[in-house]
Amino acid sequence: MKRFILLFCVVFLTALCVVSSAQAQLEIDITKGNIDPTPIAVPSFLGTDTEMRELGQDIAKVIRADLERSGLFKSLDPASFLETQTNIDYQPTFADWRVIKAEALASGRVVRETDTKIRVEFRLWDIFAGNQLAGLRFSATQDNWRRTAHKAADAIYKALTGEEGYFDSRIVFIDEKGPKTDRKKRLAIMDQDGHAPQYLLAGSDLVVTPRFSPSAQKITFMSYENVIPQVYLLDIETGRRELLGNFPGMTFAPRFSPDGNTLIMSMMSKSNSDLYAMDLRTRSTSRLTNDPSIDVSGSFSPDGRKIVFNSDRGGSPQLYTMNANGTNKKRISFGKGRYSAPVWSPRGDKIAYVKSLDGKFTIGVMNPDGSGERQLTESYMDEGPTWSPNGRVIIFSRETKGRNGSNSIWSVDLTGQNLRKVNTPGKSSDPAWSPLLP
Amino acid sequence: MTIKPIAISLAVLALSACATKPKIEPVQERPVVEAPPQIFEDTKPTPAPVVQLPPVDQGPVFDPNAPVPGSIADFAYQVGGEPRIYFGYDRYDLTNEAREALRRQAQWLQAYGQVNAIIEGNADERGTREYNLALGARRADTVKAFLVSQGVSPSRLTTVSYGKERPIDGASNEAGWARNRNGHTNITTGTIG
Repeated sequence: MKRFILLFCVVFLTALCVVSSAQAQLEIDITKGNIDPTPIAVPSFLGTDTEMRELGQDIAKVIRADLERSGLFKSLDPASFLETQTNIDYQPTFADWRVIKAEALASGRVVRETDTKIRVEFRLWDIFAGNQLAGLRFSATQDNWRRTAHKAADAIYKALTGEEGYFDSRIVFIDEKGPKTDRKKRLAIMDQDGHAPQYLLAGSDLVVTPRFSPSAQKITFMSYENVIPQVYLLDIETGRRELLGNFPGMTFAPRFSPDGNTLIMSMMSKSNSDLYAMDLRTRSTSRLTNDPSIDVSGSFSPDGRKIVFNSDRGGSPQLYTMNANGTNKKRISFGKGRYSAPVWSPRGDKIAYVKSLDGKFTIGVMNPDGSGERQLTESYMDEGPTWSPNGRVIIFSRETKGRNGSNSIWSVDLTGQNLRKVNTPGKSSDPAWSPLLP
Repeated sequence: MTIKPIAISLAVLALSACATKPKIEPVQERPVVEAPPQIFEDTKPTPAPVVQLPPVDQGPVFDPNAPVPGSIADFAYQVGGEPRIYFGYDRYDLTNEAREALRRQAQWLQAYGQVNAIIEGNADERGTREYNLALGARRADTVKAFLVSQGVSPSRLTTVSYGKERPIDGASNEAGWARNRNGHTNITTGTIG
C-alpha cells in the first residue's frame, strides 16, 4: 500500500492571478435535477518535455472523465478548440472560447521537478466573465499523477458548483467470482473512477460490508475466516488486520463514528441481534438497543449525536433514529414497504436507505425526521447505498435476477439523475466510498 | 420389533374366543321352501392352536441403500433427506414439518453423542445483506433451541448465519427462494465412516 505518497497542494498565486476572493459568476446549481451540463474545455496540459507532454495529455483526460461522469459538465472536443495556448500564465483569448460555446476553460502544465517528482499547475477561467476562478499547483511523485488530476477536477467542481468535489477518493468494495451458488467474495479497493483495483486481503473468500474510517486509512468489514463471522479492522497503509473484540456470537454490520473513535455494530447474543458501540481506544463496548427484535445497520449522523438503524420491532423492517447513547428511539419510516440499510449523508441533511415493495428494491433518500421520502432507483435488487464525500452522489450494488444473476456497482445523483454503472474489474458489490483523500 | 405385538394380539384373540361361549338363539319358524338340497363342502381346515412364541431378536436390516451407521450420509438417510428445514418469508418460527424433521435429527444426534454440528441459518435473496444476516442468525438459533429442547447438548451445536451469501438454488422464483430460506444442520466432527 505505497500509493499514499505525500501530495502537496498549494494555492497558486502569481502576479497575474490574484483571485482568492474573486466571485464566480459562472455557478452551477447542483441541487436541481436534470440540469444542462456546463460546457467546459480542458485542453491537454502543456509539458516541459515529451514525457511531461504525454503526462499532460493523460491528466487532461482524467479531468475530463471525472467532470463528465458527474453529469454536471460536458467536456468539449479538443478538435474544436480554436486557441492553442503556449503559456498558461497568459490570459486565454476569451473570444476564441466563446465561439465554441465553452463556459469554462481549465488549462494547465506539467513540470518535472526531480527524477521522480512532478509539479502540476492549472488555471480555471470563466469565459463569459473573462476572469480566473481558480489557480492551483500540486507537487507529487510522478507515479501519483492521477491524484493531481483528480485534485484538479475537485478544484474545478468546487469553483463552479460551490460544493466540495469527490474525485480524489477511493472505493472499497467486494469483488465477486463464481456462480451464484458458490460465490467467492474478496475485499478490494480502487480509485473512485475504477482505476488501480487491487485486493486487500489474502485468503479470505467470504468478506462483506466493508466501510471506511473517516481518515480513509482504515477499513472495517465482516469476514467468515473463522467459524463465527466477525467484524475486523484493517489498516490499509500497514496491512495490519485485527479481530475486533472476542465475542461468543456473530458481530456484523460495522460502521465508524464520524470522529473515527467509535465503531457501531450489531452483535448476536442469546438469539437476539442488538446494536453495540465499541470505543476503539479502550475496546470497551456499550449496548445501545435491548429489544427482542432484529436491530441492525446502525449509522451515525455526521455530528456524531444521532444514529439511524434498522429494526423489525414494529413487525416489519423499518428505520429508527436514536441518540448516540441509545436513548430516544423513534421510528422515522412510515411509507408503504419494508425499509433497511439506512446510511446518514455526510452533509447530515439526508438518510439513504433501501426500500422493498412489490418485488422491487429501490434506493431512496429521506430527511432525518422521515419526511421528504424520494426514490432514486429501482430494480430487482438495489442495495447497500454509500455516499460520495460531498453527499451529492450515491453508489450502490445492483443484483440481476435468476441463476446467472450477478452484482455490479452503480451511481446515481441525489436528484435521481445521472444513473450510471461504476467501472469495476468484474462482478462487484458492497461499495463504500472513502472521504476525500488528504 | 413388529413381530412381538402381532403375536400377542393373535394370542389374545384366540383366548377370548375360547372364553366366551356364544349364546344359543331359539330356532325361528321359517317358511318351508322347496329347494334342491345343497351340498356343502367344508373346505376350511380347523385352525391350529395358537401358541405364544418368545419374541425374536431384531436382526440386521437388509437395506442395500443404507449408509454406514453414524456417518454423515447415515444422518441424511435417517432424517429423510438433506438435513435442512425450511422457513416462511421473513419468518424464523418452525413449521410442523420442520419440527418433525428436527425431532428425527435430534434422535440421530442423541444416538451418536460424539457428533458435533454447525447449524447454518440461510435467507433468500429478497432482503438486504445485513438484515438477512440477522434473520439467518435467528433461524439458526431457532433450530438449535429446538434440538436442545429434544435433548441434544447445546455444547455440541454451534450456530452461524450466512444471511443470503450461500444460496443452494440460484433461481429467482418462489421455489428457489423457499429452498434458500433454511436452517442446515451441518455435521462437522465425530462421524463414523
